Amino acid sequence: MAEIRINQVAKQFGDTHALHSIDLTIADQEFLVLLGASGCGKTTLLRIVAGLETASAGEVWIGDRRVDHLAPKDRGIAMVFQNYAVFPHLTVFENIAFGLRMAKLPQSEVEKRVNRTASLMHIENLLKRYSGQLSGGQRQRVAVARALATEPEVLLMDEPLSNLDALLRMEMRAELKTVLAESKTTTIYVTHDQVEAMSMADRIAVMNKGHIVQAASAVDVYRNPAAHFVGSFIGNPPMNFLDAKPLGDGWWDVAGTRVKGPVGGQYPALQLGIRPEDIVVHDAPSSAHPDSLSATVRVLEPLGSHLLASCKVDNQMLRVVLDSNASAKPGDQLHWSPVPDRIRWFDPATELALP
Amino acid sequence: MSTAAKMATGNVTGKSAWHKYVFTGAVILLCLWVLVPIYLLLVNTFSSPEDVSGFPKSFIPNIDTGSVEFFLNYAGVGQALWSSIKVATVTMILSIMAGAPAGYALSRFEFRGKETFRVLVLMTRAFPLPLLALPLAVMYLRIGLDDTVLGLALVHTMLALPFAVLITFSLFSGIPVELEEAAWTLGCNRFQAFVKVILPLVLPGITASAIFAFVISWNEVFAAAVLTIENRTLPAFLLQGLGNAPLHLKFAGGAVLVLPALLFIFLVRKYLFSMWGIANR
Repeated sequence: MAEIRINQVAKQFGDTHALHSIDLTIADQEFLVLLGASGCGKTTLLRIVAGLETASAGEVWIGDRRVDHLAPKDRGIAMVFQNYAVFPHLTVFENIAFGLRMAKLPQSEVEKRVNRTASLMHIENLLKRYSGQLSGGQRQRVAVARALATEPEVLLMDEPLSNLDALLRMEMRAELKTVLAESKTTTIYVTHDQVEAMSMADRIAVMNKGHIVQAASAVDVYRNPAAHFVGSFIGNPPMNFLDAKPLGDGWWDVAGTRVKGPVGGQYPALQLGIRPEDIVVHDAPSSAHPDSLSATVRVLEPLGSHLLASCKVDNQMLRVVLDSNASAKPGDQLHWSPVPDRIRWFDPATELALP
Repeated sequence: MSTAAKMATGNVTGKSAWHKYVFTGAVILLCLWVLVPIYLLLVNTFSSPEDVSGFPKSFIPNIDTGSVEFFLNYAGVGQALWSSIKVATVTMILSIMAGAPAGYALSRFEFRGKETFRVLVLMTRAFPLPLLALPLAVMYLRIGLDDTVLGLALVHTMLALPFAVLITFSLFSGIPVELEEAAWTLGCNRFQAFVKVILPLVLPGITASAIFAFVISWNEVFAAAVLTIENRTLPAFLLQGLGNAPLHLKFAGGAVLVLPALLFIFLVRKYLFSMWGIANR
C-alpha cells in the first residue's frame, strides 16, 4: 500500500517561491498527473517526492513512512526521466537489471524480471544492444522497463513522452496506460501536454505559479474548472469568458443580453464561462430565442472534424465550434446562446469559480 | 599547440580567395614551425657523428643508431630515465587524486566562490617556478624532502593540477546529471552511482588527463634541476650532463626526451581540445 501524502510542501530558490505550501494526497494505485505550463513547479514537486530535491518546508509521506529526510534509494520509488537517462555503457539487459542488481537479487530472479518487463515493453529483441543503437522511442521503453523491473511502490514520471514525435507519443500513451494499470503502482506523472494528461490520468492536478489550482478527474477539470486559469489552460480551444454586470434578482447583463445567473448582490461583476462546443447557434433571431446573443465572425478555421469560428462579442473574444459544413463567412452575424447547464460563473476579483 | 590553433580557427570558412590563402599560409607556417625542428632532430639523431655537422643533408639519412646506442649506454642515463618515470607516475597519481574530485565538485555543485576558485586554479600557473624553487629547496632541506621522488613529484603535481582540474571538470560536465539521478533512484548512494555509472563513462578521459600530467612532469626541467642531485630526472640529467657533449649526443638526448612526450600528447589530443572549450565530438 503506497498512498502518497504531501503536506505543506514549499520550495524556495533564493527569493523565488517555486512551490507555495502544497497539500496533495495520492491514493494507493492512483494515476495522478501534474499538469501545468513550464515553470509552474510541477517538476520540482515531483523531484521533491523522488528525493532529488529538498523541500524548504513540509512533509512527504509514502505509505506510513515519512520519507522527506530519506535518500532516493530508500524511498521505494522508481523514476523515468524526460531524456530517458539510459546508461550508455551498459546493454539494455544490464540497464533493466541495474536496480535489481543493486537490490542484490539472485541471478535467476534478475533474468526472470528483466525478461518479463522487457516483453511487457516489447523490447525483448533489443536486450543485447547499447543505448547508442536505439531510437528515442526504444530508449524510452528501456527507461520505463528499468523503472518497472524494481517493482516500485511509487512510479514517478517526468515528461516521459515529450521528447518523442507526435505519432509515437500517441502510441506510447495508450501502451503506458495499459502497462501501468496492470503494474498496480501509485504513479505521479508530470506533463505540460493536456491531451496526455486527460487521456491517462485518474486525476489531474493542475498547477500554476507554484500552487495546485485544482485536483480532480479529467472530466471534472474540463467541465467544472475551479478557476479562470484552469478553464483557459485546459481545452483546445480554451473556455470563453465574457464579462457580466448584475441586473439584480439573479439576472446578469452579458453583452447586452439578459442571462440567468447566481443570485446575490455581493459580486459587483462576474464572468460567464462557456466552452466553445457548449454554444448553440441559431439560424436567425426569432421569438423562439428571445435571449440569444449576437457575435461577429472574424476568423474561420476549418479543422476537419469541425469549423472553429473566432468571433467578437462586445469587443470580447468568443470561440465557437461549428459544424464542419456550416456556411458562415467572416463578417457574418452569429446568433447564439450558451447551453444553460454548461455555464460556469467566475469571480474576476479572485479568479475562482463560484461554488 | 599547432593543431589546437588550427582547430580554433577551423570554422573560419574563407569568404574570399585572399582570406583562404592567408588561412592556409598560417596553417602551413605553424606546422613547419613545429615539424621542421622535430624533423631535424630525428635526422641528426639517426645520422653518424660525421654526418651531423655535414651539409647539405640528404632528406632521408643513412640510418646510424650509433649515437643513440652510445647515449643509452652512457653512465646514469638509465637511472635518470627510471627517476623520470617514478616522478612522473607519482605526479600522475597525485594530480588525478586531487584534480578529479575538484573537477567533479566544480561541475556538480553550486558553492560560494566557485568562479573565484576556477580562476585561482589557473592563477597557480602564473607563478614563475624560479621564484618558488629556491624557497622550496630550502624548505625541502629542512623537512627532508630534498632529492626525493615524492618532493619533486609534489612540485610537478602543482604544475599539473590546474590542467587535471579543468580537464576533469569538462569531462564531468559532459555527463548528464540525470544519469546519476537515475542511479540514485535505482538504489545507489552518491558514491555507488559515481563508481557504477560516472566512472566507466569518464575513464577514458581521466586516463588522458593522467597521461597529460605524466607528460608535464616528464618535460619539467627547472624544479628537477634545483631540487634533485642523486635522483636526477632525465631532463635535469641531460641539462647537466650534455652541456659539453658532442653535438650528435645532444641530438640523441633530445630525441629520447621529445618522442615519448609527443606520443603521449598525440594519444590524448582530443581531451586537450575539450579543455580549451572546443567540442571533442
